[in-house]
Amino acid sequence: MTDLANMRDTALARIDDTGDAAALEALRVEFLGKQGSISGLMKTLGKMTPEERQTEAPKIQSLRGDVADAIAAKKEQLEEAELEARLASEVLDLTLPAPATPKGSVHPVSQVMDELAEIFADLGFTVATGPEIEDDWHNFTALNMAETHPARAMHDTFYFPDVDTDGRRMLLRTHTSPVQIRSMAEQGAPIRIIAPGRVYRSDSDATHTPMFHQVEGLVIDKGIHLGHLKWTLETFLKAFFERDDIVLRLRPSYFPFTEPSVEVDVGWQDVNGRRVLGGDGDAPGHGWMELLGSGMVNRRVLEFAGVDPDVYSGFAWGLGVDRLAMLKYGMDDLRAFFDGDYRWAEHYGFSPFDQPTLSAGVGARA
Amino acid sequence: MKFSLEWLKHFLDTDASLAEIAAALNRIGHEVEGIEDPADKLAGFRVAKVLTAEKHPDADKLQVLSVDTGDGEPLQVVCGAPNARSGMKGVLGLPGAVVPANGMELRKSAIRGVESNGMMCSVRELELGDEHDGIIELPEDAPVGESFADYSDASPVFDVAITPNRPDCMGVMGIARDLAAGGLGTFKPVEVPTIDGEGPCPVEIRTDDPEGCPAFYGRVIRGVDNTKPSPEWIQRGLKAAGQRPISALVDCTNYLMLACGRPAHVYDVAKLSGPVVARRAQDGETIGALNEKTYTLDDTMTVIADDAGVHDIGGIMGGEHSGATEGTTDVLLEIAYFDPERIGVTGRKLGLASDARTRFERGVDPTFLDDGLALLTDLIVQTCGGAPTEVARAGKPPVEPMVVPFDPALTSRLGGVDVAEDEQRRILTELDFKVGPDWQVTCPPRRHDIEGPADLVEEVVRIHGLDKVASVALPRADGVAQPTASPLQKLERKLRRAAAARGLNEAVTWSFLPTADAEHFADGAQLWVLDNPISEDMKAMRPSLIPGLLAAAKRNADRGAPGTRLFEIGRRYFRGKNGSSDEKPTLGVVLVGEKTPRGWAQGKASQFDAFDAKAEALALLEAAGAPVDNLMVMSEAGDQFHPGQSATLRLGPKNVLARFGALHPKTLKAFDVDGPVVAVEVFLDSIPAKKGGSGFARPTYTPPALQAITRDFAFLVPADLAAADLVRAVRGADKQAIVSARVFDVFAGQGVPEGKKSVAVEVVLQPGEKSFTDEEIKAISDKVIAAAAKQGAELRG
Repeated sequence: MTDLANMRDTALARIDDTGDAAALEALRVEFLGKQGSISGLMKTLGKMTPEERQTEAPKIQSLRGDVADAIAAKKEQLEEAELEARLASEVLDLTLPAPATPKGSVHPVSQVMDELAEIFADLGFTVATGPEIEDDWHNFTALNMAETHPARAMHDTFYFPDVDTDGRRMLLRTHTSPVQIRSMAEQGAPIRIIAPGRVYRSDSDATHTPMFHQVEGLVIDKGIHLGHLKWTLETFLKAFFERDDIVLRLRPSYFPFTEPSVEVDVGWQDVNGRRVLGGDGDAPGHGWMELLGSGMVNRRVLEFAGVDPDVYSGFAWGLGVDRLAMLKYGMDDLRAFFDGDYRWAEHYGFSPFDQPTLSAGVGARA
Repeated sequence: MKFSLEWLKHFLDTDASLAEIAAALNRIGHEVEGIEDPADKLAGFRVAKVLTAEKHPDADKLQVLSVDTGDGEPLQVVCGAPNARSGMKGVLGLPGAVVPANGMELRKSAIRGVESNGMMCSVRELELGDEHDGIIELPEDAPVGESFADYSDASPVFDVAITPNRPDCMGVMGIARDLAAGGLGTFKPVEVPTIDGEGPCPVEIRTDDPEGCPAFYGRVIRGVDNTKPSPEWIQRGLKAAGQRPISALVDCTNYLMLACGRPAHVYDVAKLSGPVVARRAQDGETIGALNEKTYTLDDTMTVIADDAGVHDIGGIMGGEHSGATEGTTDVLLEIAYFDPERIGVTGRKLGLASDARTRFERGVDPTFLDDGLALLTDLIVQTCGGAPTEVARAGKPPVEPMVVPFDPALTSRLGGVDVAEDEQRRILTELDFKVGPDWQVTCPPRRHDIEGPADLVEEVVRIHGLDKVASVALPRADGVAQPTASPLQKLERKLRRAAAARGLNEAVTWSFLPTADAEHFADGAQLWVLDNPISEDMKAMRPSLIPGLLAAAKRNADRGAPGTRLFEIGRRYFRGKNGSSDEKPTLGVVLVGEKTPRGWAQGKASQFDAFDAKAEALALLEAAGAPVDNLMVMSEAGDQFHPGQSATLRLGPKNVLARFGALHPKTLKAFDVDGPVVAVEVFLDSIPAKKGGSGFARPTYTPPALQAITRDFAFLVPADLAAADLVRAVRGADKQAIVSARVFDVFAGQGVPEGKKSVAVEVVLQPGEKSFTDEEIKAISDKVIAAAAKQGAELRG
C-alpha cells in the first residue's frame, strides 16, 4: 500500500515543516477534519468487506494515529517556541530601583521611656502621670519647699500670670516630683510608681534645654530604707544598660523633699573617647558621673500627701530621660532632640519593631 | 565654694593627702567639683641660680647663661630676658616640664646654634600673674635646687559645691568640722581674741525691725589706715577662693566670711549721721549699692539706715555712699542677724545675688555674733591699725537650740545600715550636737537644716559612710510581673509604632510656641501664656501639635528635604476647671512636599494631598481601636485648614476623633512654608475605649458557605452629592444581602450632563444558606436603585 505510505510521509513532512499554530491547525483540518483526507479514508472502511476491513483498518488507523501524534507534538513544540520568544521579549532591567517605601522611626526619648516602663513593670512599678501645667503647691510647697525656700529660686521656674481658684500660682512643672504627691494622695500607700514626662526649666545652653524629660520613681511601703533605694537603682541601671558591671557611688546631698538625700554617681570608662558606663569609677581610666538625685521621702512630704510617716517610709528619685538616652545610644547634642530633623531621626531613631521586651533585652542594638 | 588646702589646715590638723581629703569631702556630702593643684602645673620647674651670662654669638637680644640647678654640672640655657644676669636667682624649667601658660613641653634644643637645656621663666609663663617684662627674680635666700612648687608653697585649691541646707559649711571652718567628724583629722576651731575696747561705741545702734533684723551688734574702730593693701596671707586666701582683693578693710570682712561663713559690713563713720538703725525701708526709697546699681526698695525690706538715708540692704549688699574708701579713718563694724526668709524674698524681688545673701538666706550661726565681731576687729586692727571701742548690741539673735528626741534604731530603719549606738553618739558629738543619755539631741543653732530625727539619721549615715549601706532587694510579688501600663499608655505606644511603621518620623517639639503661632490655632483667651518665657518664640503653650511640626518641616525643607513626614504624640494645653489646666493627649501628623519622588516608572514626583491625610487619620484611628467603619466624614476641621479640602472624622455628630486635610494657604503663609502641606490631628481622649469584656477569645469563626457575588451600578448624581451619602444609601438598601459597597469610579465631563457626575459603585452581595436566584438579585438591584434615587441618583443607561 504505497499510497498510504506516501500519504504518511507527505503528511508528516508537511507537519514538520509547519511554522506556526494557524498553519498547523489548517493541516489538522486538511488531514483529520470532517472533510479531511485521512478522515475520508476512514469513511472508506464502511464500504469494505469484513476481510478487507480487517487488513485495511489497522493501517488507516495507524496513519491517523501517527498524524494526530505528529500534530500534537508539533503543537507543543510551537507553543514552547512561542513562550520562549515571549519571555525573551519580556526581559526587565532589575537593576532599576523598586518603588521606595518611606521608613519611619520612633524618637529615642519614646524608646527609652518604653524601656523604662518595661524594666520597672518587672519590679512592680506602675506608670503615673500628672499635669505639666502645675500649681506651686504641688510643685513646691507639698515637696517641702515653702514660699521662701532658697531651693525654689534654684529651679529656674517658668511662671504663668494665672492663679487657680485656690489662689495657687500656676507654673510649668520643674520636675516630675509633683506626680508623687498626686499619686500618693489618690492611691495612698503602699505604692510603687514611675512618672515619666516633660519638665521645664528656664535654662538654655549647650547642655540644657528649657524643656526636657524626667522619670520620677517612688516606693512607699512599710520598712523601706536606703538599702532598698540602692538596690533598686543598681538593678534598674544594670537592666537598662544590660551590663553587670554597673557600679554606683552614693553621695550625701540635699533635696528638700528627701531626708536623707543621696546623689548617685555611676562609674564610667573611656572607650575610644566615649564615656561608657560600667566599672568602678575609681579604677584607672575610669571616672564618676553624676546621674541622678534621690533619697528617703521627707516625712513632711508624706504628711502633705496624706500618708502616715510613722507607718510608712519610702524613697524617690528623679532621672533625666534624655540624658539616659544619650548615654546609652551615643547622642552628644541635647538640642537636636527637639529639632525634628529628619536626618537625625533616620540616624538615631528606632524601628517600630524595636518594641522593648525583657525576653529580647530592652535595648535596641546598633 | 573655693578654698585652699592651706586655709583648710588653719582649722584642721591632718596628714591626709589631697586625694584623701577630696574623697572624704565627696563621701560626707560636699561634692568636689574640681581641684586645682598648682604643684601639678609647676612640676619640673625649680629654683636656679644664674652663674654667668654672656652674649649669644649670633643674636643681639639673646644671652647664653650658665645655670646652677642644685645638682650636677651647671646647665647651659639660652635666654632672651633683659633682666637675666649673673648672680640672680630665678625659676628654671627643665626639659620635660610643660609651660603652664601655653602647654608647650620644654626640650633640649639648639637656639641659633647654641645648645639650650631649659627655660628661665616669667611670671606669666607660670600663670602666676600678668607680668612678662622679664624672668622671675627670686630673693637671695631662695634655696637653689628646690622644686619651685615647694618653694612657692602654692597651695592646692578645692572647688566644693555646698548644698543649700548647709550654710554652716559656707566657711572653711565649717568644712573642717565636718571633715574632722568624717575621720580626716582634728578640728581646730578658730581662736577668738579678747578685744579690750576703749569707751562706748560712739554711734548709736538700734533695731526697729526685730522681725527682719532680730540682732544688730557693732563697734567703731578709730584711726584705721586703709591706704595699704591687705597682707599677703589674706590676699592669698581670697585669691584662692576666687575673690579679688579690694581694700584692706573690705578684704578683712571677706576673709571673715570665707573663713567662718559670717558676713559683716564696714561703714565709713564720716559718712554717717545720727543713729544707725535696722528698720523697714519706706516704699520707693532708693539706694546706690556697691555694685554701682540703684535699687528701689519697698516696706517689706529690712535696711540699715541713718538719719540721712539707707546705707545697706540688710544682709544683701552695702551702699556705695558709706562704703570704706582709701580715705576712711573711722569705721563702724556691723554684725547682724537677719531673718533668712525675708532676705530671700528681698533678694528675689530685687534680683540681687551676693555672697552675703547666699549665707543669710540659708541661715548663719546665730551664736557667732560676738565672736565674729571680735575676729573682725582683730583682723582690722592687725591690718589697718586703729583703736576699737566697746561693742554696742541691739536686739537678740535666736540662739535657742532645737532639741530632737532621737531613736538610734531609726538609723537602721531609714538608713538601712547598722551603726553602733556609741558610734552614732560619737558622730553627732563631733558634729557639735549634744547627745543626752536619753538620746535627747541638742542641735547646734548653726544647723538650720535639722528639723527632726530623719536629719540626724542623715548625719550619722553620711559620716559613717553611704558606701556601707548594702543593697537590699525590694520585696517582689509572687509569679510573673503583672501588666502595669495604663490604657492611655497602651494607646500611645500602639499609635507611635503604627505611625512609625507607616513611614512617619517621630518628632518631639517644644510645648511652647510664639504667641502668634499659637493664636493662629486657638482663641487667645484659651491659651496659657508664660509670664517669663525664655524667648518670645517660646511663650504660649501649644493648642495644637501642627504648628511645632510645621516649623520642624520647614526646617527640613530648608535643609533640602524634598518631602517630610513627621508625627508627634504629646499634649495640647487648654484652660481647665478651677483654674487648672486641661491637657489633651494628641497625635499630630504633618506631611509636606513630595509623597513619592520622580521615578523611572511613574514619572513625575507626586505631592501629598488631602487623601494622604485621610489615609493616615483612618489608619491611625484603626490602630487605636476606633470603630473606623462607623465614622462620619464631616466638615469644620478648622480655619487653619483648606475649607474645601479638609474634614473631621466623627463618631456621632459631636464626638470629633480627628481632623485632617490640606492646610489653608493662609496658614502656610503665616508659617512661611511652601505647600502643599497636609496635616492630621487625632484626639486621643475622644477615642472610645474598646467595647467588650476583658477576654481574649474572638467570636467564633463562621465563614460564609457560599461565594459572594458583585454587581456594579453607575449612577448619575448631583455634582455636589457626597459620595459617602450615596454609598450609605446603597448599603442600607438591603442590610442582609449587601455586605459592602465601594466607589470605584467617579467621572464628570464629556457625556455627563452639566451639574452632574457619574459615580460607579461596586456592591458585594453575600448569599446566606442558598444562592441568590435571578429574581432575588433583580429585587436587590431594584432596592439599590430606589435607595440611590432618594439621594437624587439615577442609574446610567
